[in-house]
Amino acid sequence: MIGTLLSGDLPRSKVLSVVMVAILLGLALAPFLFPGTRALNTAATICVFIVLVASYDLLLGYTGIVSFAHTMFYGIGAYGVAIMLDRMPGSWAAIGLGVAAGLAVAVALALVIGLFSLRVQAIFFAMVTLAVASAFMILASQLSGLTGGEDGLTYRVPRVLTPAFKLFQDKLFGVRVDGRIVDYYLVFFAALALFLLMLRIVNSPFGRVLQAIRENPFRAEALGYRTVVYRTVANGLGAGMAALAGVLMALWQKYTGPDTTLSLGIMIDILLMVVIGGMGTLYGAAVGAVIFILAKNYLQGLMGAASEALAGLPLIPHLVHPDRWLLWLGILFILSVYFFPTGIVGRLRK
Amino acid sequence: MSDTSNPAAPAAIAPPPLAERLAAQLPYWIVPAMVVVGLALIGDLPAWGTLTLAGLAMGMMIFVMASGLTLVFGLMDVLNFGHGAFISVGAFVGASVMLALGGWMTAPSLWLNLAAVVAAILTAMAVTGGLGYAFERVIVRPVYGAHLKQILVTMGGLIVAEELIHLIWGPNEIPLTRPLALRGAWVFGEVAIEKYRVLAVALGAIIFLALRWALVRTKLGLLIRAGVENAEMVEALGYRVRMLFILVFVAGSALAGLGGVMWGLYEELITAQMGLNVLILVFIVVIIGGLGSVEGCFVGALMVGLMANYTGYLAPKLALGSNILLMVIVLMWRPRGLLPVGKG
Repeated sequence: MIGTLLSGDLPRSKVLSVVMVAILLGLALAPFLFPGTRALNTAATICVFIVLVASYDLLLGYTGIVSFAHTMFYGIGAYGVAIMLDRMPGSWAAIGLGVAAGLAVAVALALVIGLFSLRVQAIFFAMVTLAVASAFMILASQLSGLTGGEDGLTYRVPRVLTPAFKLFQDKLFGVRVDGRIVDYYLVFFAALALFLLMLRIVNSPFGRVLQAIRENPFRAEALGYRTVVYRTVANGLGAGMAALAGVLMALWQKYTGPDTTLSLGIMIDILLMVVIGGMGTLYGAAVGAVIFILAKNYLQGLMGAASEALAGLPLIPHLVHPDRWLLWLGILFILSVYFFPTGIVGRLRK
Repeated sequence: MSDTSNPAAPAAIAPPPLAERLAAQLPYWIVPAMVVVGLALIGDLPAWGTLTLAGLAMGMMIFVMASGLTLVFGLMDVLNFGHGAFISVGAFVGASVMLALGGWMTAPSLWLNLAAVVAAILTAMAVTGGLGYAFERVIVRPVYGAHLKQILVTMGGLIVAEELIHLIWGPNEIPLTRPLALRGAWVFGEVAIEKYRVLAVALGAIIFLALRWALVRTKLGLLIRAGVENAEMVEALGYRVRMLFILVFVAGSALAGLGGVMWGLYEELITAQMGLNVLILVFIVVIIGGLGSVEGCFVGALMVGLMANYTGYLAPKLALGSNILLMVIVLMWRPRGLLPVGKG
């Protein structure tokens, strides 16, 4: 049963299994275990980023191509829903239309980019995607009639997903089950389903071909697999998944703007999560996302306290200043590429 | 094949047909063609003159920054995302020197002004060259031959460098005013020629000519070009390609620093993110020109500079996508760039 659900790709390590079960239970029961808006927000962000990072791992870890346009696809998904909900506030039809439009645009764009840049040299791809993504971000902030420009869009979701809605009259385990929690469970189950679907994809024969291409593209081509086609399809799949993650984020935040969906900063976050968690395994994406987002939300507070405690010393307070947290993660990132190329999960599985 | 029987008198090699020779030269004619088409489309001579100068200045600056990147790739197959960090660091170091020499910058003497700028440029080049050496040692060396790791690690280096800039120079952007003699423009009739742009074009042209001279006329340049074509063969002939590579890496980083100072003076504002933003233009140029090719890089840089300025005037809405469009068109026409070299 569990084997089928996980497509035969079990964690293969006791510690990792415990960690994965803890993450699953923690997220499944988050509204009851950690009440409070901030905690729930963190949990929902983790759910969305698990999908987003796993879809990036599909490209980076499984196929071995580096894309810097992943946030663009994430943003397309988010903006699809946001624009539709902005035009038709609070309707489910808008969400459906937005999902369809976002998915179609993201996949089509991914296939086009893939076809003209993966065709020649895979190394072009990293540069081309970086250029396209940055142009897209400027485009999104310039088309202010459609996207709300720099300010982004704030919109109304269906009433079932708003705090005004009450699922039960009474409290459940001391928590009032309102639309916010319904929204959380929508995000959670969608994320879980998408994660399991991706697990299915990477463990299918198609996924094996992707891994073969990563290991040795020349040999894969010699065996009769058209590497360009497989890489392009993987790129399209990753883009589609990223767009769906964007949809979930748009439904959760009820706000979509260039800084929260399209910025290069998020791209770098995704890169850090994949590498620290472990490339080439979807569990790594999950572990990386959880650690990174918890660190981002709570480590900065810790660093602020440390910075104040060490205020008298030269330089050190600046080094542990909350704004410098990316410095430490960057160093951790470089070290993990050198010394733990398989990330945390690879270590645990050894 | 009757000639083979008589090796003493080899047949003169017939020159290739004219059409073929013209096709090989085609990439070099794109920039003049763009200038002419620009004139036809804009139709207004003074505006065209200003835009062309601005485009050439922008192109020259991008070329200075991109040349190092393309040579490093050509020689050692290393794609360095950290190149953007050298641009930022160069700009910040240059700005610090110029702010420290504030008296020289505002003095009403061209020579003092130029001395301040030259001091800033030399300091920036020394610092970024040294930084490049350290970067090559610590970050790039362990990941030769693995593209994926190179991209990841150099990107990590870029993040760390950007954070260190914040740490040293503070989180705010720094406004930078040009020295007195380089402000303003010369006006001939209706054509306004901005002084700083002339300097940028001159500096860029000097660097291109010097680089070309070094690559074509010196033994070192010969070895570098041979290394780009086939590094293993050069190694087999007894030359240490590694030393060449370190040299090129340091020189490329120093050029990035120089480009950073020029770009900072051009924009008159420097931020820690500017390296990454310019890096995107640099990548487009390098892809258009063909990875590893200095001439291609030069042509590509001028094309990007002119394209950005012409479309900015003709169709401002299109301006930001114009460079991407240019890249797509070039890649469809020549999938390996305009003037590809060596490795396939």
